[in-house]
Amino acid sequence: MQFVLSSVLNGVAYGLLLFMLSSGLTLIFSMMSILNFAHAAFYMLGAYLAYQISSAIGFWPGLLIAPLLVGALGALVERYGLRKAHRFGPVAELLFTFGLSFLAVEAVQLIWGKAAVDYRVPPSLQGALFTFQGISYPVYKAFMMAVSVGMLLALYAGLAFTRLGLIIQAALSRPDMVQALGHDVPRIFTLVFGGGTALAGLAGVIGGNALVTEPGMAESMGPIVFVVVVVGGLGSLGGAFVASLLIGVLQTFMVGLDWSLIDLLRALHVETQAAPSLTRLSLTQLAPIMPYILMVVILIFRPRGLMGARET
Amino acid sequence: MRALFARSRLIVIAGYLAVIVLAPLVSPKGYWLSLLCQIGIATVFALSFNMLLGQTGLLSFGHAVYFGLGAFATIHLLRAMQAGSWRIPVTLLPLAGGLAGLLFGVALGYVTTRRAGTTFAMISLGIGEMVAASSLMFPAFFGGEAGVSSNRMTAPGWFGITYGSQLQMYYLIAAWAFLCILGMYALADTPLGRMANAVRDNPERAEFVGFDPQWVRYLMVVLAGFFAGVAGGLNALNYEIVTAETLSASTSGIVIMMAFVGGIGHFAGPIIGAALITVLQIAVAAVTEAWPFYFGILFTVLVLYAPGGIAGIFAEHKRLFDTGQLGPALRQYLLKLLPFSLCAAGVITLVEMAYALANTTERGSAPLHVFGVTLNAARPVGWAPPVIALVVGVLLLRLISRRLSAKSERVLTPLMERA
Repeated sequence: MQFVLSSVLNGVAYGLLLFMLSSGLTLIFSMMSILNFAHAAFYMLGAYLAYQISSAIGFWPGLLIAPLLVGALGALVERYGLRKAHRFGPVAELLFTFGLSFLAVEAVQLIWGKAAVDYRVPPSLQGALFTFQGISYPVYKAFMMAVSVGMLLALYAGLAFTRLGLIIQAALSRPDMVQALGHDVPRIFTLVFGGGTALAGLAGVIGGNALVTEPGMAESMGPIVFVVVVVGGLGSLGGAFVASLLIGVLQTFMVGLDWSLIDLLRALHVETQAAPSLTRLSLTQLAPIMPYILMVVILIFRPRGLMGARET
Repeated sequence: MRALFARSRLIVIAGYLAVIVLAPLVSPKGYWLSLLCQIGIATVFALSFNMLLGQTGLLSFGHAVYFGLGAFATIHLLRAMQAGSWRIPVTLLPLAGGLAGLLFGVALGYVTTRRAGTTFAMISLGIGEMVAASSLMFPAFFGGEAGVSSNRMTAPGWFGITYGSQLQMYYLIAAWAFLCILGMYALADTPLGRMANAVRDNPERAEFVGFDPQWVRYLMVVLAGFFAGVAGGLNALNYEIVTAETLSASTSGIVIMMAFVGGIGHFAGPIIGAALITVLQIAVAAVTEAWPFYFGILFTVLVLYAPGGIAGIFAEHKRLFDTGQLGPALRQYLLKLLPFSLCAAGVITLVEMAYALANTTERGSAPLHVFGVTLNAARPVGWAPPVIALVVGVLLLRLISRRLSAKSERVLTPLMERA
């Protein structure tokens, strides 16, 4: 019971963090048909900038400034890089963002070194929020969830109820028509790209100190975010949400369970000595590849993802 | 097949064969030979990658999977021969790597080719990560941190060749590389190769003609897996050790760079790229520790300004030469040379200063020499000259480009509109 509760709470916090990343990726993809390979690099930059700002003027200003800086950088990348690459087609765009992600990792190593930096949870958010049946839940996890949910509600409200949000929604499906009505669609694209990368930056700010801020963080997060988007269905925000929570909770559960195949066989009264390296593999050990296995299963049985549109 | 043996092509093929046979004579030094071996392996790997990207339009972020698994299969076969009494000549062992790559292509390609385009890129990345992560879970097969090692002299080849010397190893690599290059070249001319091009350019019409695009992609992934596996097998024999690094994301990244820098639009592009990147990796790494950063810049600039890579640049200038426009083009380059050098000098100085600053805590501040000037990265004033050089260079480049494009637009626009 304790295990289930703590796993669900931790899993949801992790899943929401994944969704902050995958939502930006999905928005950018469905609007501009660009798969931003460097998305996790912006997440990493958010964490590093937050570390730099928080060590100078504190965590709270960093929470605001770092995502804005990352978003501004994203907008610059779109305006002066992606727009140029766009002329050469989607593969060039993808390769450009691939080159950027490579450069970002190297730049971070140049500036902050190869080791992890000491980016910590601020003292005001340390400690346990509540203790229930012997498990204590940290304040910071709750804070992470609050920021994610708040940001998502703001995003939803912004897209659904503001004038700009309506224009963005219209530009999602019929950019040419929106252009014809006199809106500056390229500028909307820049805005969306900047917004999406700012979301990734925010995820970095609140995730960098909960996990670890190091040059490898983009490479470890990037593929999982891609898996989330594929499992959820490309271009579907709802699908990305479900897939984020699913992967977050599943992975957290698996990390805590050391069941292995041999336990199952013993429970079924089957004795075997065959392939010990396979039968003794525990769920904990399998946790890192769980998202990929899920992706393979989804691709075989439902290639368009949980909520994706049929491929045209 | 007739096209393969046309006279002009035969001359090119014979010339290439002469180059790879005579290459070891250039220098008797050991590192030259090992460099050639690396280039040979990288060539096969990069060409197999381009079967997907250049020919079929599939951008794979996990091509190292087939390379790495081919390498592991080969090294395990070698170990099994060491333990047992049976022998397969080492000469044929790269084929085992190829078969392993083929088998994994059959299994994994079924999943990755379910979707095309950008989704394929994401899925191939996921599959690549899955295999790389699995390599840490099965240390018995992948050898954990230390890797798996063996000895290639266990099973001698034919005619008393033991592959004990690096020269013999080079000729083994050269022979296999030559066969693979011929094979991939011939494949591009087969109906399958042509259909792959059609699937790349317009999958709907390919389907309309009666071919299943998904099946064509699948076949190409399987065949590319075979050639990548051969390259992996050669890699295993060359180093006699295979680590999990061979199937990691960084190996997949390097092969993307090789193929793209060389040029994905021409068959010879990846050959150029493999040689260039391998040489640069060694040459630039000897001068500066920030070499991956320069690679990233080179790659990104090429994506933005010369998406055809080096082969594309050659082809473009041949076209200019044929139409008599090479002179004006060269004059433009001369005009841009100074601002471009300013930019490059600025970027290089900034990177080196950042690197020196990042390392001061570990080694004490070593004086930094860039372009014969000693700089002090710790003083903020020291950062001004490179920044100024960079800004002035970029502004000048923009000014020149704008002037030139305004001029060429007056000439070209009527032509383009007619086209």
